[in-house]
Amino acid sequence: MFRRKRDPASQPNSWRTDNLPGWGLFFIAPWVFGFIAFTVYPFFASLYFSFTNFNIINFTPRWVGLDNYVELFTYDPLFWISIGNSIKYAALLLVAATIFDIFIAYLLSLNVKFLSIYRTIFFFPVLVPVVAASLTWIWILNPRFGLMNGLLDLIGIKGPNWLASPDTAMYSLIFIAVWGSGRSVIVYLSGFNDIPSQLYEAADIDGASGLQKFRRITLPLLTPQIFFNVVTLIIFSLQSFSEVYIMTGGGPANSTLLYAVNLYNRAFHDFAMGYASALAWIMFLLILGLTLLIFKFLSGRVIYER
Amino acid sequence: MSAMQPTAPLRRAFSREERNYLLRQRLKSVAAHAVLIIFGIAFMLPFVWMISSSMKPNVDIFELPVRLIPKTLRLENYIDATNAIPFWQYLWNSTYYTIFATIGAVLSNTFIAYGFSRVRWRGRNVVFIIVIATMMLPFQVRMIPLYILFARLGWLNTFLPLIVPNFFGNAFYIFLMRQFMMTLPRELDDAARIDGASEWGIFWRIAVPLSKPAILTVAIFEIIHTWHDFIGPLVYLRHPTKYTLSIGLRLYFTQYGAEWGLLMAAAAMFTIPMVIFFFFAQRSFIEGITLTGLKG
Repeated sequence: MFRRKRDPASQPNSWRTDNLPGWGLFFIAPWVFGFIAFTVYPFFASLYFSFTNFNIINFTPRWVGLDNYVELFTYDPLFWISIGNSIKYAALLLVAATIFDIFIAYLLSLNVKFLSIYRTIFFFPVLVPVVAASLTWIWILNPRFGLMNGLLDLIGIKGPNWLASPDTAMYSLIFIAVWGSGRSVIVYLSGFNDIPSQLYEAADIDGASGLQKFRRITLPLLTPQIFFNVVTLIIFSLQSFSEVYIMTGGGPANSTLLYAVNLYNRAFHDFAMGYASALAWIMFLLILGLTLLIFKFLSGRVIYER
Repeated sequence: MSAMQPTAPLRRAFSREERNYLLRQRLKSVAAHAVLIIFGIAFMLPFVWMISSSMKPNVDIFELPVRLIPKTLRLENYIDATNAIPFWQYLWNSTYYTIFATIGAVLSNTFIAYGFSRVRWRGRNVVFIIVIATMMLPFQVRMIPLYILFARLGWLNTFLPLIVPNFFGNAFYIFLMRQFMMTLPRELDDAARIDGASEWGIFWRIAVPLSKPAILTVAIFEIIHTWHDFIGPLVYLRHPTKYTLSIGLRLYFTQYGAEWGLLMAAAAMFTIPMVIFFFFAQRSFIEGITLTGLKG
């Protein structure tokens, strides 16, 4: 798009002269309205609300200055607990899902037979509605009668309490999230398939080992997909809500109280809308900062073919 | 490798290196299959367990050791599940939400993406960057002001807060469709323009028909998204007659937690439409994910 502008050969004159300037705005008009009503307005309203205490009965915000932010950083233990939990959740999920998804995609890229069947299987969890999947997992991880501990019993292992224990609940959620990360497998698979096989053949002739080929060819050429998946995974996992809210509700003992769950509870259980708005703004700044950081550190390392 | 050379006689004996190479390839393939099969079974087990539990009578649900294939089949679970909650009402609510949200997403994003890809205007690139930037704004920031806005409009307990915003574009879908429309040959537009077609005519007669794959992808993504949606209905739909299956199922769980047979039957009925849908739309689905992943 940007290149086209500087390259007069690819830009027919008609593009510049024949168009009425209004047509572009005509087509994007719905977006402009939606942008103002559903993004710009809530964005600033949320900032304003974060400096107020909100009375949900008669919808009147009362200005309290920095009170919410002061309370958040100094008094509220749940704020720090939820930040810690969310960072732990996002970081562990990022590592686990990235390694697992690349591994599965690599196996699928080896020209295996029945590729479409395997691909469907690993993608399948994405199709199961989050509520249906969460309820099924609660039942699977039932300490006494669930499938998981039932299978562990068969090989003589006494399984833990999974979602019901503060020691294992977080790891259970991460495990379940990896199960549901089939979208990334498809993206990685397309990345593997885009790597020209001549490169491997050339490396074979030069006598490169499997590990060398992986480090020098596969990994560099997979960076666009890794970059995309890492960015989306971080943004989404920091906002994770539904699965956790359904399966643990943040418990036991706040061990899985993720940031978004805490925020929802504050807004819609306690109806502390002003306070929750302050929480939302901190979340926004956190995600913004993290995304910019990733872009700064990773985008320079992404290698695009051609 | 050399064994594949067309000039080689068909039954030439393989050299030792060639045999080793073929053996290695064969071992690699067997190992890959073994690992994929193990993980594949593990990935399908939750679904198998859901279906299996959904057909067990309540006495067998709490049987030890666990049994994957039910001892006695009780298909009445499915009928009982539809009676235990207003299942058909919830199903209809989910369907209603999905249909209108999808119509909104398809119409608005096709239209908007055209303005960002095929029409040239000053400032287009800057505005498009703003579109992309809105993707970074977490849902939670908009959630509270929008809740208050829709409450003031009297839209709580209706589907309007969930459906209406879909008619005004979504950054991710605009991005996806714009990327697609940019690849359509511009000569078509110019030819049509010479023949006297208006901008609207070009949109309707050229861009829309040629963008069918992208439109399909948006429709598929949106159908899955709304069918799965939990937080939207949770925030806006508080009246039991308005519940979607997502909310209704969770409520049933919190009230009758131990009725796993019925719960799993209801969960299966909630899941199966997506499975059927996937088998019809599989190709566009996979292509859509690949498209977004690569262009991201």
